[in-house]
Amino acid sequence: MGDQPPVLEMRGITKRFPTGTLANDAIDLEVRPGEIHALLGENGAGKSTLMNILYGLVTPDAGEIRIDGQPVTIHDPADAIARGIGMVHQHFMLIPVLAVAENVVLGQEIVRPGGILDLGEAAARINLLAKKLGFDIDPSSKIEELSVGQQQRVEILKAIYRNARILVLDEPTAVLTPQETREIFEVLRRLRAEGASIIFISHKLDEVLEIADRITVIRRGKVVGSRRPAETNANDLAELMVGRAVSLRVDRGRSHPGASMLEVTGLRAKNDRGQDALQGIDLSVRAGEIVGIAGVAGNGQEELVEALIGLRKPTGGTIRLGGHDLTSASVDRRRDRGMAFVPADRHKYGLVLTYPLDDNLALTRYGDPPFAGGFAGIIRNFRAIAENAIRLMKEFDIRAPDPKVPAGTLSGGNQQKVVVAREFRHDLKLLVLDQPTRGLDVGSIEFIHKQVIGRRDGGAAVLLISAELDEVLDLSDRVLVMFRGRIVGTFPAEEAQREKVGLLMATGGARA
Amino acid sequence: MSRLRQAARRIWRVASIPLLAIVLAFIVAAFVIVISSVFTSTGLDVFLPLGAYGSLLAGAFGSGTGIVNTLVAAAPLILGGLAVGLGFKAGLFNIGVAGQFLVGAFAAAVVGARLADSPTVLAAPAAMVAGALGGAAFGFIPGFLKARTGAHEVVTTIMLNNAAVLLLTWAVNDLVRAPGFSFPRTGEIGNSALPVLLPRNLHLGIPLAVLFVFAVRWLLDRTTIGFEIRTVGQNPNAARYAGMRPVFVTTLTMTLSGLLAGIAGAIQMLGVIGFYAPGITASVGFDSIAVALLGRSDPIGILFAAILFGAFRAGAPLMQIETSVPIEIIDIIQALVILFLAADLIVRRVFRVRSTKPVISELATVARTWAGGTPPGGAT
Repeated sequence: MGDQPPVLEMRGITKRFPTGTLANDAIDLEVRPGEIHALLGENGAGKSTLMNILYGLVTPDAGEIRIDGQPVTIHDPADAIARGIGMVHQHFMLIPVLAVAENVVLGQEIVRPGGILDLGEAAARINLLAKKLGFDIDPSSKIEELSVGQQQRVEILKAIYRNARILVLDEPTAVLTPQETREIFEVLRRLRAEGASIIFISHKLDEVLEIADRITVIRRGKVVGSRRPAETNANDLAELMVGRAVSLRVDRGRSHPGASMLEVTGLRAKNDRGQDALQGIDLSVRAGEIVGIAGVAGNGQEELVEALIGLRKPTGGTIRLGGHDLTSASVDRRRDRGMAFVPADRHKYGLVLTYPLDDNLALTRYGDPPFAGGFAGIIRNFRAIAENAIRLMKEFDIRAPDPKVPAGTLSGGNQQKVVVAREFRHDLKLLVLDQPTRGLDVGSIEFIHKQVIGRRDGGAAVLLISAELDEVLDLSDRVLVMFRGRIVGTFPAEEAQREKVGLLMATGGARA
Repeated sequence: MSRLRQAARRIWRVASIPLLAIVLAFIVAAFVIVISSVFTSTGLDVFLPLGAYGSLLAGAFGSGTGIVNTLVAAAPLILGGLAVGLGFKAGLFNIGVAGQFLVGAFAAAVVGARLADSPTVLAAPAAMVAGALGGAAFGFIPGFLKARTGAHEVVTTIMLNNAAVLLLTWAVNDLVRAPGFSFPRTGEIGNSALPVLLPRNLHLGIPLAVLFVFAVRWLLDRTTIGFEIRTVGQNPNAARYAGMRPVFVTTLTMTLSGLLAGIAGAIQMLGVIGFYAPGITASVGFDSIAVALLGRSDPIGILFAAILFGAFRAGAPLMQIETSVPIEIIDIIQALVILFLAADLIVRRVFRVRSTKPVISELATVARTWAGGTPPGGAT
């Protein structure tokens, strides 16, 4: 396999953006047939730019692309598709109201004489392809009815249907549950066995080590190393990626829990479809303690955090914070009582992407002094808003040209830092963290974890929900396992072994 | 020096597309004028557009009367444009300005006639307040329905426009009909009429409308209420998460929008029309939507857009008299402006504009609300 000529060569690819950023600096990349090639790098390292150049979305300033040894120019995605390049973007390019088959054939419809769309023929081909890749999918089901993992498979199908031989996946696992990740890896292995080449963009070290045949590491627009999984390890890769030694395990230190801060008893709530998502949750978090909730996604975690912060009305039970009953209090009132919340979906809840950074950094306290005052307390104080922004940007190392740029122009990692910086206020009583490091690179994860521990040691109660079991186990002083809307187990940190917790997550224990 | 240039660049970035859309509309309308000249007695006249546009300009700005006429026509459009623009800021499409305008005009006319013999300092403000409250009440209804039940404001306001026309016709006929006239109308407003500041009817409503431009700008930019309105418009989920109440903000925004539309009706009533009779024109309501779009919901932009539309109305008669180009060409120009705003890609291609802002968000609101969005309140 190793001595076959490369199917794709990119040589000396250089791209400087009008803003002056050198996104790609003479990057070389070689991909062989039947190879899973991982492109590893921090957020903003230039991985996506390189792949957008390959897919014809960005024109490079210099460099050469060869496919099967032939130099090619790729003007636009249609060019790329014609040359056998397929791309699965992080945010799917599917039309939710159309069926799977309609999405897959879009732009390459099979037409019978008279201009009539032949979806039956398309469905048959899709079934065949899916079987080959080892999964089942109903071509007539609508995209909006599918899970995220299934939608991703439709995207892969779409590329393969267009005869892609080089498949680019941009952070494919960022949106998946661990189970779905395992399934997609199986699909990728099958594709590799069929002779396809796969470029796998990621910043998750363990995944890259598991799936890739070769790993190319990019830092600040340059290739800083290339490794085979067998000759490297996570620490080595992290150091290459970040440019300094990174501690992958958190030094949690000793916790000194104080009085009970959050008391939840018998909490019940329904999900958006009206089903009972929370079936009587009892939990408590003490001041100066991190309590982690482990569980497979969709077991009520989302509803629990929404009920806690006041975005979802409980149908039963009580929520008390520091002795105050907040069960039916407004979001505003809960915040006044010292609650803060880092939501899982920063685009949905955490940020207003069109707003400048400084407004976003004051978003959840916009009406409180010093951000507002004067007549009836409704006059916004722009000076305080700007000062707050400058201070937080420095403190949390948010990389942006100035506090007036729209939040939407920042990289995902920096956007997450904006949310974290805002919510980690100093007068914090309870911090609810829902997937606080999703989509972040190792450097940012390390930073945020340190901040979380710092707030705990400052006396805050922290409730952590994460789909990354390792994150829960690393950070938590106490681990709860959630299963079908109930807490089915509690482990002190020293007894929370991966296997034990994982088993309970999967089965729910005796009650399952 | 460089600061000046920076400011100019910033203005160009937001105003380039609207300005170029206007230029392009005039160019395309010129072809329409030339082609239509073929069918007149004078025959094909390729220079007719120049003459027509010259007369239009002269009619709108060429004399003191022209300028005053332009401003008088612009005043209700400024307020109506602000009403629609404020709705856009909260992600709401208020098509009901026409109805709110009529209710405001009616309320001002009734109270004005009642106080016709009181001193002006008392009568005019009281009639104005009545108009404002009438419009606000008529804006509150769709706002409350939207916030509480999710009833779409596009649908409810269109229906309420019809409801307003019919309801007010009944009221004028059966409730407040003034005696001594051959047709149903309200009584003389007498002392309630807005004071005329300069000859040829430059009435108090004009500076008042300009004042509201800055008041709305202040509200949106400087206050937490404006911040709430904009946040609900940009991202209702984030608004809820930040502790805002979209239900309240939606109701409030529609009420304020109706209030502005009601004031538009009141100044038109107390400054120009003088009495309410069935069939008074409510074209202000629909022109306001165009003004808000052209002004990109920005109060200052709306001010300029309203003056432009006012100039069209004021200058068109002279154009028709001098060049026989019918007044209706104004409607074509206005329609083309909106068309090119909506299809801004055409403007970009023709003038090779490279702008950083690819989508005009107000149009996105229009498109989204037409397609039937979800209520901003969501699950509460």
